[in-house]
Amino acid sequence: MTDLTSLTLAEARDGLATKSFTSVELTDAHLKAMEAARVLNAYVLETPDQARVMAQAADAKLAKGEGGWLGGVPLGIKDLFATKGVRTTACSKILGNFVPPYESTVTAQLWRDGAVMLGKLNNDEFAMGSANETSFFGPVVNPWRREGSDVNLVPGGSSGGSASAVAAGLCLGATATDTGGSIRQPAAFAGIVGMKPTYGRCSRWGTVAFASSLDQAGPIARTVRDTAILMRSMAGYDPKDSTSVDRAVPDYEAAIGKSVKGMKIGIPKEYRIDGMPAEIEKLWSEGAAQLKAAGAELVDVSLPHTKYALPAYYIVAPAEASSNLARYDGVRYGLRVPGRSISDMYENTRAEGFGAEVRRRVMIGTYVLSAGYYDAYYLRAQKVRTLIKRDFEECFAGGIHAILTPATPSAAFGIGEKGGADPIEMYLNDIFTVTVNMAGLPGIAVPAGKDVQGLPLGLQLIGRPFDEETLFSLGETIEQASGRFTPPKWWA
Amino acid sequence: MSVDAATVRRIAHLARIAVTDAEVPHLQGELNAMLAFVEQLQEVNVDGVEPMTSVMPMEMKKRADVVTDGEIVDAVTANAPESEDHFFLVPKVVE
Repeated sequence: MTDLTSLTLAEARDGLATKSFTSVELTDAHLKAMEAARVLNAYVLETPDQARVMAQAADAKLAKGEGGWLGGVPLGIKDLFATKGVRTTACSKILGNFVPPYESTVTAQLWRDGAVMLGKLNNDEFAMGSANETSFFGPVVNPWRREGSDVNLVPGGSSGGSASAVAAGLCLGATATDTGGSIRQPAAFAGIVGMKPTYGRCSRWGTVAFASSLDQAGPIARTVRDTAILMRSMAGYDPKDSTSVDRAVPDYEAAIGKSVKGMKIGIPKEYRIDGMPAEIEKLWSEGAAQLKAAGAELVDVSLPHTKYALPAYYIVAPAEASSNLARYDGVRYGLRVPGRSISDMYENTRAEGFGAEVRRRVMIGTYVLSAGYYDAYYLRAQKVRTLIKRDFEECFAGGIHAILTPATPSAAFGIGEKGGADPIEMYLNDIFTVTVNMAGLPGIAVPAGKDVQGLPLGLQLIGRPFDEETLFSLGETIEQASGRFTPPKWWA
Repeated sequence: MSVDAATVRRIAHLARIAVTDAEVPHLQGELNAMLAFVEQLQEVNVDGVEPMTSVMPMEMKKRADVVTDGEIVDAVTANAPESEDHFFLVPKVVE
């Protein structure tokens, strides 16, 4: 029998349907791979007992021909999604041993469709980070290494555990969340596919909140098709999230293989930033050439407010985080550190419970919302956000179907290599992805090549609101032309 | 704009995060680095631009004003660091 962990999600689904193997066999193969790959620190909690129970239930349903859309498919779940009865921490000390008495809508939909949970995946604390180095459980290791080197690299963040686990074959797909690039940047660093859907496409209910006007859940998987399969389960209206959109969920998988002939692809000049490595330029123009060869038309476009997206993000996101994280007060759940008064208790709890990056962002958010500074910072940033969104609207109104950009300004870097002295150095990782969140648009990262050190690089496609299907069609075109990327297995 | 040490302490208190004197200079440097980075927004002309309030335009769904959930007090207090008889316990607030 072939190694069940090297199958794509689509192949595994088909193999389950034709009874080539059972979900219990498939699940056990992944649990074994997880055990052998603990050095990657991708999972913060393995749930083998629950996984086997879910797999047995899936097998029983599959036997009756009622497997469901994801019947028997084992997945990893980012630790930002509340899972009923299973510890959920957002990888923060302040959530300590929080065991939710409820299930997030996105994961509930995956279980509804027959998926199996393998465990909870590492992420940056409260999803604040671009290297998965701020997790209370320690950094995640990227399965990719530079050629001829044994230096451990970051998998990107904040969905670093999701990216590392998917790339290393520790699950067939994973849930992730994206506030400024947290699905797409780690997918690019790990040579896999990540889709950040349109704001409102997936319910945020039961997902630990970071910045509510930007947060959106989405899938990470090894192929574009696999990502599309997961999206169909994860998306959909939820009365419990007033910002979720009441709109039918299409069969995203049907978009795979659709012709992209005649589509107009915007190439925005503002993404050609100063000091961009030549290999990123090359990757970008090769991706454009691949789409052109498939019949798409390339159009030079301008998104003039691009450079202001990252600074505006670093006002809006911390401001929303400072309000969202006010709930962690040591009273109702999570860590409590005693104090002489209730105020001391709050302050001690939050000082000890939050890591350095989270403390920094809560403080900057508090400052930009404080009396006398609100107009100068927060209100201005929200106006700039309107301008960023308008840039995209004008571009799409001009007939552009999707926009092609690099996903990241570099390949994966070493653990501890960036952001030590200056937080801005780390923030610049999200320079190409953050615009998409500011405008609420869908974006997909697809692996498209390697850098000179043999590390994967990704391209990003940005779509019209609720037109994820076009991104899947275009993304698969790049995937077909570029091939797939699998890291050499050094960890087991 | 930049913040001084007293402002750092004030923000920390507003955010209910205890900071030691030793942490203040470091935090001050980091906050000022972030404020310097966002300073470039001042050069954008935002005259007559509406601030964004909702990134995807949609009408807010409404529902009948009725109780749809409840009677789950055990679940609500299950994760409390300290609770008694279904109440959350906190240090004494009123003398």
